[in-house]
Amino acid sequence: MPKGIGWRIGLIGIFVLLSFLYLTPTLVSKLPSWWSVLPKDKIHLGLDLQGGTHLVLEVDTQKAVEGTLDIVATDLEDTLTGKNLHFKRISRTGSDAVTVVLYEKGTADAVQKLLKDKYPTYEQSPLHDEGGFVALSLRVNEKDAQDRKDKAVQQALETIRNRIDQFGVSEPIIQREGINHIVVQLPGIKDPQRAIELIGRTARLEFKMVREDIPPSAVTIPDDAEIMKEKSVDAATGAVSEVPYVLQKKSLITGDLLTDAQVRIDSQFNQPYVAIDFNALGAKLFDQVTAANVGKRFAIVLDNNIYSAPVIRERISGGSAQISGNFTEKTASDLAIVLRAGALPAPVKIIQNVTVGPSLGQDSINKGLMAGLIGVVLVVVFMAIYYKLSGMVANIGMVLNVIYLMGALAAMGATLTLPGIAAIVLLIGMSVDSNVLIFERIREELALGKSPKAALDAGYDKAFLTIMDSHITTLITAAVLFQFGTGPVKGFAVSLSLGVIINLFTSLIGTKVTFDLFLHKGTVKNMSI
Amino acid sequence: MHLLGKTNIDFIGKRNISFVISSIIAVLGIIGLIQITRGAANMGIDFSGGTSMQLKFAKPIAMADARTALHKHGIARVDLQEIKEGNKLLIKIDKNAGAAVGKSADAVKTSFTSEFADNPFVVESTTEIGPSIGDKLRKDTLVAVAISLLGIILYIAWRFDFKFGIGATVATIHDCLAMFAVFYLFNKEINLLFITAVLTIAGYSLTDTVVVFDRIRENLHKNLKGAMQNIFNESINEVLSRTIVTSTTVFLAAASLFLFGGEVIHDFSLALLVGVLVGTYSSVFVASPIVVLLENRALAKQGGKA
Repeated sequence: MPKGIGWRIGLIGIFVLLSFLYLTPTLVSKLPSWWSVLPKDKIHLGLDLQGGTHLVLEVDTQKAVEGTLDIVATDLEDTLTGKNLHFKRISRTGSDAVTVVLYEKGTADAVQKLLKDKYPTYEQSPLHDEGGFVALSLRVNEKDAQDRKDKAVQQALETIRNRIDQFGVSEPIIQREGINHIVVQLPGIKDPQRAIELIGRTARLEFKMVREDIPPSAVTIPDDAEIMKEKSVDAATGAVSEVPYVLQKKSLITGDLLTDAQVRIDSQFNQPYVAIDFNALGAKLFDQVTAANVGKRFAIVLDNNIYSAPVIRERISGGSAQISGNFTEKTASDLAIVLRAGALPAPVKIIQNVTVGPSLGQDSINKGLMAGLIGVVLVVVFMAIYYKLSGMVANIGMVLNVIYLMGALAAMGATLTLPGIAAIVLLIGMSVDSNVLIFERIREELALGKSPKAALDAGYDKAFLTIMDSHITTLITAAVLFQFGTGPVKGFAVSLSLGVIINLFTSLIGTKVTFDLFLHKGTVKNMSI
Repeated sequence: MHLLGKTNIDFIGKRNISFVISSIIAVLGIIGLIQITRGAANMGIDFSGGTSMQLKFAKPIAMADARTALHKHGIARVDLQEIKEGNKLLIKIDKNAGAAVGKSADAVKTSFTSEFADNPFVVESTTEIGPSIGDKLRKDTLVAVAISLLGIILYIAWRFDFKFGIGATVATIHDCLAMFAVFYLFNKEINLLFITAVLTIAGYSLTDTVVVFDRIRENLHKNLKGAMQNIFNESINEVLSRTIVTSTTVFLAAASLFLFGGEVIHDFSLALLVGVLVGTYSSVFVASPIVVLLENRALAKQGGKA
């Protein structure tokens, strides 16, 4: 045997072995028990092949800042009332400030001092006149607002992850992208619509008193009240009816005081309801509120819709309550999930939703594989006819290429997508190119009258630089595709770049060693090329 | 087997013809590109925003009936396409036709469920894209194409010579434009997959050009006396059989994708097929003649000085 053939054959063999090792979990339906330490991961299939949903959500971060300011406003109301400082109005103004309107200058001075101590990071405006009253505003600074926005996206990510975990999707991908986008991938999901509703719900739960002294038809409603509607769907006819209520604007208890939410079934009417448990503070507030308002109506509001507005029959202590409404078991369990996982700090909007049904995915795999197989056969036949035995050597190289590529995809945990399959099929065509370049050189050298062995070596030598150049240019485009691509396009880039690198190995080492084996003695008179 | 024996075709001499053909292709491509940036072409919803759905019905459904059903339920601007095999219907809804993301798909489902109660369907795929993300994708894509062209020019200029860099770049841009021209003329959808195909072909066409250039460089080193045009012609002739063989194998693979790969990548494979053809043509008839032109001009300048 000529020098250097041994290690090359060894290398090729090791790579084949490794490829099959990594491919086994994909090819075999059930792994034997002794496989435990060996690779267990199958080739990941992209959503376009296995079906599933890909969502891009945009978090309305501005709303998170406004929400924080609303809390500041409520807190100020309480503090000022507690300190007996009289004010006319405290409210959020615009998107970044809270304005306090006071009756007289004396109180204003006290308030100014109080604000400086309580909210040192906020910017205070000088006192100014507003319709005969004294006003001042508290502005959130740019950096704090940015922090709040950033945190809101982070919290939204956590909340969505919690909800999906409880909903039960295997191998979801939930990640942040850019400033305010969240990417959610739910492979193989059966009821995408329900999942999307669950993820997209803000789920802000509030308990508010109903102002029964004002009729909902009233022309003017006081500043501190608002109208909301209770929607109910008739189970039999499907008709939707809406009942308006006038509510106190200020919420007495909010959803962040919950510790748990569970679906229960009402034994009397066989209706599902959601049982909620409050934490210590929530329980105390609930106890106080119900004690003080027996006989009045209390509205349970979720995302500005009234779920129910029951009359408080007696004081409720102990920290648990229930939300009943027109629930099916599904809607009740979804509500329990969002309440347990908590509210989103800001509303989210779905800006991209790609859903592929499982049947289409399977169809794509079948067609992709079929196209691949036919492509391979066409190229193999063509090469065998055109270059005879040498063509078969190139074909062996091509098959090695495909095996290595699949093995590499499995080993790297890369995701195979439909365009990825297309890239592999295309590579089948391109992978023989290196061999074509070499073969054409060999033919030229043979035509000059060189011996097969000399022609072979000269052919590989002269084609080497060209092969490098052509591979690198393809690699450049593949790298760019990988950088900018998402989902399926990225899958294409991965297959393409891996294929190009692998092809360099098989064409320069794989096929060369085959020729060397046959031609090393220099006794072969005619080359089949 | 040999497809061709030793050829001696005057490729460079035919440059006037090829330049006319290529100019027409390029102009069409530029028109297409302008229309695309204006949004006047058949933009995929990846870029324009909107909703696209693929439904599979139990029984055949007439397009006209489907359209009427949708109109009746308030979806006016809709693009329908029938896939004969398996009673499938592709529905594309303009972003301006529906409300927020998520609403159009529901509206389609409701209208078909109520209008065709006796013809149940399943939703095979839905894609909904908000307008803001379409803008982002369009920008990202332009940047990607620019970066990739730049990288290629730098590489070629480094490996060869600046004039070759120009030749290769012009040929690559020519091929991209040709693909835009074909897709624009046939009113095929411009989507992310198409852009992927264009970038892939940019890489492929370059590979092809580089092979020709490599041989020219080799022959330039060997034989400094011959006229530039002869060396170029000789080189192209020498690698001609390789060019044809490789293009054939890639073409066979792409054709198999086109014929058997299914509707999802049908247009993608069409783009690849077109690209392989023009890529091969441009490496022979565009890239090299331009380099000859530039070389001759440089020589004339030198001669003028001396």
